[in-house]
Amino acid sequence: MSRRRSDYPMAETQPEAVIGQRGKSLADITLDAVLSGEVTMEDLRITPAALSAQAEIARDAGRPTLALNFERASELVNVPQDVIMAAYELLRPGRASSKQQLLDCARRFREEFGATRIAAFIEEAAATYDERGLYTYRF
Amino acid sequence: MTTPNRWKRYADWDERPLRLDRFAAEDATNGFSAFSSPADPKPAIGIADGRVISLDGVLEHDFDMIDRFIARHHIDINIAPEAMAMDSGQVARMLVDMNVPRETLVRLAHGMTPAKLAQVVSHLNALEIAFAYSKMRARKTPGNQAHVTNAKDDPLQLAADAATAVAFGFDEIETTMRVSRNAWANALACAVGGAVGRWGTLFQCSSEEAEELRIGMAGFTSYAETVSVYGTEKTFVDGDDTPWSKAFLAAAYASRGIKMRCTSGAGSELLMGFHESKSLLYLEARCLCLQRGMGVQGTQNGGIDGAPLTATVPGGVRELMAENLIAVWLDLECASGNDARSTESEIRVGAKIMPFLVAGSDLICSGFGSILKYDNSFNPSLLNGEELEDYLVLQRDFEADGGLTPLPEERALDLRRRAVDAVSAVFEELGLAAPTEEMKASVTVASGSDDTRSFMPRDVALISEAIKARGITVIDVIKALSKRGFRQEAENLLNVVKLRVSGDYLQTSAMIRGGRIISAINDSNDYLGPGSGYRVSEARRLELNNIRDVLDQKEVLRSEAMHERDEARRIRYRTTGIASPSDDPKDVVIGISPAFGLKIFQTTAGHALSEVLRVMLDAIRKRGLNPRVVRFRHTADTSFLGLSAAQLAGSGIGIGIQAKGTAVIHQRGRLPHNNLELFSNAPITSVEHYRGLGGNAAAYALGEMPEPVVVPQRGEAMGSRHHARVAIIYAIETGIVEEGAAPQLVEVAFTGSHA
Repeated sequence: MSRRRSDYPMAETQPEAVIGQRGKSLADITLDAVLSGEVTMEDLRITPAALSAQAEIARDAGRPTLALNFERASELVNVPQDVIMAAYELLRPGRASSKQQLLDCARRFREEFGATRIAAFIEEAAATYDERGLYTYRF
Repeated sequence: MTTPNRWKRYADWDERPLRLDRFAAEDATNGFSAFSSPADPKPAIGIADGRVISLDGVLEHDFDMIDRFIARHHIDINIAPEAMAMDSGQVARMLVDMNVPRETLVRLAHGMTPAKLAQVVSHLNALEIAFAYSKMRARKTPGNQAHVTNAKDDPLQLAADAATAVAFGFDEIETTMRVSRNAWANALACAVGGAVGRWGTLFQCSSEEAEELRIGMAGFTSYAETVSVYGTEKTFVDGDDTPWSKAFLAAAYASRGIKMRCTSGAGSELLMGFHESKSLLYLEARCLCLQRGMGVQGTQNGGIDGAPLTATVPGGVRELMAENLIAVWLDLECASGNDARSTESEIRVGAKIMPFLVAGSDLICSGFGSILKYDNSFNPSLLNGEELEDYLVLQRDFEADGGLTPLPEERALDLRRRAVDAVSAVFEELGLAAPTEEMKASVTVASGSDDTRSFMPRDVALISEAIKARGITVIDVIKALSKRGFRQEAENLLNVVKLRVSGDYLQTSAMIRGGRIISAINDSNDYLGPGSGYRVSEARRLELNNIRDVLDQKEVLRSEAMHERDEARRIRYRTTGIASPSDDPKDVVIGISPAFGLKIFQTTAGHALSEVLRVMLDAIRKRGLNPRVVRFRHTADTSFLGLSAAQLAGSGIGIGIQAKGTAVIHQRGRLPHNNLELFSNAPITSVEHYRGLGGNAAAYALGEMPEPVVVPQRGEAMGSRHHARVAIIYAIETGIVEEGAAPQLVEVAFTGSHA
């Protein structure tokens, strides 16, 4: 069942449904648990499920573009930071010297991380950069 | 000396701060046009095969990357035909029609092109834009954001200033550095300082894109806003990004549970040299459509770094308001500019902030300088630490919630000390630095970094690089705080990081109030006319009212009681009976008011009443006349005191004087308000003026025509300085007036040294 705006905020309406990366609920994340080392940075990360729930809420609140961003984000949660930063860098103007470089990047997201929306988004950029001549040397 | 052929008023005007502002002529070809340019396209859209095939007159194969992104990701093709067909004037009227719900207009905006949005808001005047903004902004409760930076990147001061910013009520704080390497130290210090006192203030560290995201992932920051977008393709490329790279970054932030908004503002394309001769508003409408298309929840918008340039153009300030309106109409959270100081004129500053203060905004300033101007590493804000109290008073004047709350002086000092101790403890615990007591003490009381003896940028670079190199995260900081006895601060910091697990604060216009998330979802703006939308509650009104140094009658009486003791040593008033009319031509009467020397003891200028009375008596006696002092109790009005005194005086000349020092020379037979001389500006009336008054009264009694005593005034706002106290004092006088009471002859004895 899709979440609705009345489910918001999730941390208040259904705290038990908010589960961190390593299975900890909000109630488990206490100062004492941090001090004892039970809770680490990993437990303080958002999950794909939480982003999907927020996407549903955003869509119900009449914000379809925000929902799509959350859905793209949900695909990036488990992508390592250096891969994300490399893709961002490649999307900046003049970084990719050919359309193929971006298409390769898109394929990696699709195949390695199951990030189909992200992959499609990068492919869309690849086509646009091609038409707008952005594969030019900048520095 | 030659006399220039010039009206000197212009020379006076040359000296005003306003003349430091430069103004630009309207010149659409060169990009200097606020609302319209011949190069702006006419609103139009073409839709075929389920996609946009032309946008504002540009055909699909000519789309630049901005057109393409807007066509693909912003335009809702199911709404566009209906929305684009509507008359722009009609839509403008809907924006200011309180009976048309916000949702109706937001839906229409999903189908509108940049040129259409710009055309609609161009129909509105400044007042209408402010009203529409108030109706259309996404979240109901207004908020505010502060800059917390300093000229040395001193982390101790950052912590102290973050704590005070939080205490003043800022919902977000933003820092940046003088030296970019210092980002990690700035972030740690502000995160700790922002956890002192209460939890829930969101924090960002504006730095290089990749670095900023890393700092966020380490848990120090909770949001980002410096993801800039631009309204022309060439500017975008020079800004080293594309709509796709920025949208990718937006998704990356959300994937790390970090709130984010974009930044755009009029004037950036003009500053960066690629304006395409388009109007500022049209280019900004493109930026905003892009941002909605990217799926960011909000925007920092309203000129921002381009505001000072935009404000040089005719209608520029109205344009800044108009672009903010488009932002909220597109349903974006709006941190509405009012940050970069766009003028040297304090009048222009006040005028700039007013519409937003009254209308409210998600974040009224996207960077109120909570620190002094010279400490602002973003450059000075529209409003700064220097002017923060002015802003508090504006809130009180208009009963408008600008997001801030007055902070008692002792509380501010306690919080600063606590924040400095907390960040010092973290530094020591993590082996990053060991601040001395002298450093800590200097920062706690410092108004700005000129007053501190603390870390310098190089020291900070070492701390910052160690934080980064050792991979220190917010978890380490929380542990250090707790270990050193800052358990509450540790809890507060953990609560902020914990927000990212549910992602609730990623939704539009989210902020934390009273430990709970409010956003456009659970606190949506429901304005539908008076009584709806955001209202200042009675409890909040009392908070806003509570500025420092407020006068009340108790306070005035307490200060008078102090003077009573002093006066008792200087003068004795003894009533000897009822005062009768005299026929001695040497008789001049000084009529004193009911509370004179009995309940009130000094004039509003601060002169002891004994001294005032003594110099007047001396001056009259010096001319060989015989003054009498008579207390009237039937009136406290200056004119009637003076006239009553004159009626009793054998010379026909009387002085009337109120306890607060307002005085008059009167003459028997004149109409009450047609006196000989009036001293109405008691606050600037000196003892010598009172002596002159006595001398002139004597002169009139001798049949002379003296030069009236003129109390020169230099345009002081006498009313604002004194009227509250004057009204309280005068009420004390009128409170003891007794109708029909006979005048009392008073024997005055000067008993001690002069005042």
